[in-house]
Amino acid sequence: MKFGRFLTGLGALIVVGVAGAFVYAWKPEIAPIKPPERASFDQTLIEHGAKLAAVGNCTACHTNPGGKSFAGGLTIPTPFGTIYSSNITPDAETGIGTWSEAAFQRAMRDGVGRKGVHLYPAFPYDHFTNVSDDDNRALYAFLMTRQPVTATPPPNELPFPLNVRLVLAGWKMLFFRDGAYQADAGQNEEWNRGAYLVNGLGHCGACHTPRNSLGAEKASLHLAGGEAEGWSAFALDGSSSAPVVWDKDSLYTYLRQGWHPDHGVANGPMGEVTGNLGLLPDSDIRAMATYIASIMGEPSAERRANSDKLLEEIKSGPITSAISNDQSASGGKGAAIYQAACAVCHENGRPQPFGGLDLRLSSTVNAPDAQNAINMVLYGLPAASGRTSAIMPGFADVLTNNQLNDLLGYLRQHFTDQAAWTDVVQRAADTRTGKYHVSVRPSDGIERGPSNIGAEDQ
Amino acid sequence: MKLNVNGSTHEVDADPATPLLYVLRNDLELNAAKFGCGLGQCGACTVMVDGKAIFSCLTPILLLEGREIKTVEGLGTIDSPGPMQQAFIEEQAAQCGYCIPGMMMRAQALLQSKPDASDAEIQVTLEPNLCRCGTHMRILKAVKRARELMKTAAMAPASGERKV
Repeated sequence: MKFGRFLTGLGALIVVGVAGAFVYAWKPEIAPIKPPERASFDQTLIEHGAKLAAVGNCTACHTNPGGKSFAGGLTIPTPFGTIYSSNITPDAETGIGTWSEAAFQRAMRDGVGRKGVHLYPAFPYDHFTNVSDDDNRALYAFLMTRQPVTATPPPNELPFPLNVRLVLAGWKMLFFRDGAYQADAGQNEEWNRGAYLVNGLGHCGACHTPRNSLGAEKASLHLAGGEAEGWSAFALDGSSSAPVVWDKDSLYTYLRQGWHPDHGVANGPMGEVTGNLGLLPDSDIRAMATYIASIMGEPSAERRANSDKLLEEIKSGPITSAISNDQSASGGKGAAIYQAACAVCHENGRPQPFGGLDLRLSSTVNAPDAQNAINMVLYGLPAASGRTSAIMPGFADVLTNNQLNDLLGYLRQHFTDQAAWTDVVQRAADTRTGKYHVSVRPSDGIERGPSNIGAEDQ
Repeated sequence: MKLNVNGSTHEVDADPATPLLYVLRNDLELNAAKFGCGLGQCGACTVMVDGKAIFSCLTPILLLEGREIKTVEGLGTIDSPGPMQQAFIEEQAAQCGYCIPGMMMRAQALLQSKPDASDAEIQVTLEPNLCRCGTHMRILKAVKRARELMKTAAMAPASGERKV
């Protein structure tokens, strides 16, 4: 009897619990609207929105390379399955044409679609929730005045139960806190502006912060280095692998122009980021640099000393002469490959961004893992279409995985003080087979849309 | 060390770090591949290794032991040109001609692995190879013709590419 009562009680609890979860998880539909006329938006608001869309790098996911801007359909591989980006053009049937501004604001703030469905966090609402109402209004004006495109992405390929969107309510309960950015009164205006851009629309942490097994960013390791499209996104905190210490000025230069003489050229997915940032005013870039420099913190005296010493050494030119007689075990073959294949560019003294970087300065060669070095050597840096860009030939068809291992072993030993990478052969094999998918882009990165931010279709 | 070039094995006496291009031209007197930039940026030095197009100016021979190297000389002879060569002759697809051997080898690598490559694929694949004379349209036309000739050659081996 007692046990029966217990069961009834437990049953009631479960019913209440499940009902509660449903109420928590359930979001109402927001009534559809007739797609607004272009004239209903203020031109300056649209232009402001264009800049914000560039900060958000919306085009990166919502435009399929070679396809129409913002029409979605890009394949986004995740550890959980494949997601296809949605059409965010103002097409009434297949895009967001029937979304009111309130529906758009809710999607950005809470990660909920117009009809009330929870959105997958591949759409980084964990960052976009920070965006102010005013900025969302401008973004809405920009997106709603793009060319409507009729296009429906393929259905997502996610296993049960992840294909049930209600599950996302649980994910949100665990990992998502909504709310616009609140300024830190202890910091100045520039820092706060930077934090707003970096952690909000810029969603830097989406790549540069490591994720847990459920795909959420580890809050305790904010900007401590993550992963993006098969590339390591380097740490932006104190654990940065850059041999020359970053500071506010060098970060500003790098973000402003996409390269820095002491650090090299932005490549991989970062090329697209710096390309997009080109639209921002200097003051915003400076604010981002200020904030990130504060996250990196003051380097240790030793790190600072090493950095200064390296910059002095770099001034006296490359270290070729030391290489040619190096016939040590790991050095022999790797050194010969380096001299024949790499040194012609990497030691010819031509300045950045078109000369090869002195590899003593390379964050990639100094990185904790070999992935970016493997990507660079195998696939190089393709030329951008129709504009000047840094390039590097790829060596995937020349080097076997063992030869690549010899080369990287040599680079690591000769140009850094770091320990050898031990998994190059296997990583390279997995990279080639596509088991580890890598996206390869030119250094300006803007190959997805017809123009920088996809603002005008040709 | 031994190098397999166009089906024959050559004993080469050169520093293992020597770029393949120099060995081809200076030691083996195979002068099709050209020195352009020496940086892997122009494609004039392109040859095939194991069926893939590579920049011979940046490839030390120590990487090539036991691998099959092919140059334009391996595609056919003056008397019996291979389909790629025949197509370039028929389309008169050369101005100064300096880039042509590289163009041919990259196109050959593409069409060997993908006989039905689309026009767009041909164009994208040839991107790393530069032509300074502006002969691009003829070069593309020649490669498209080669695409057809190679299929015919594959059906009738006697008139086609010399087996090397």
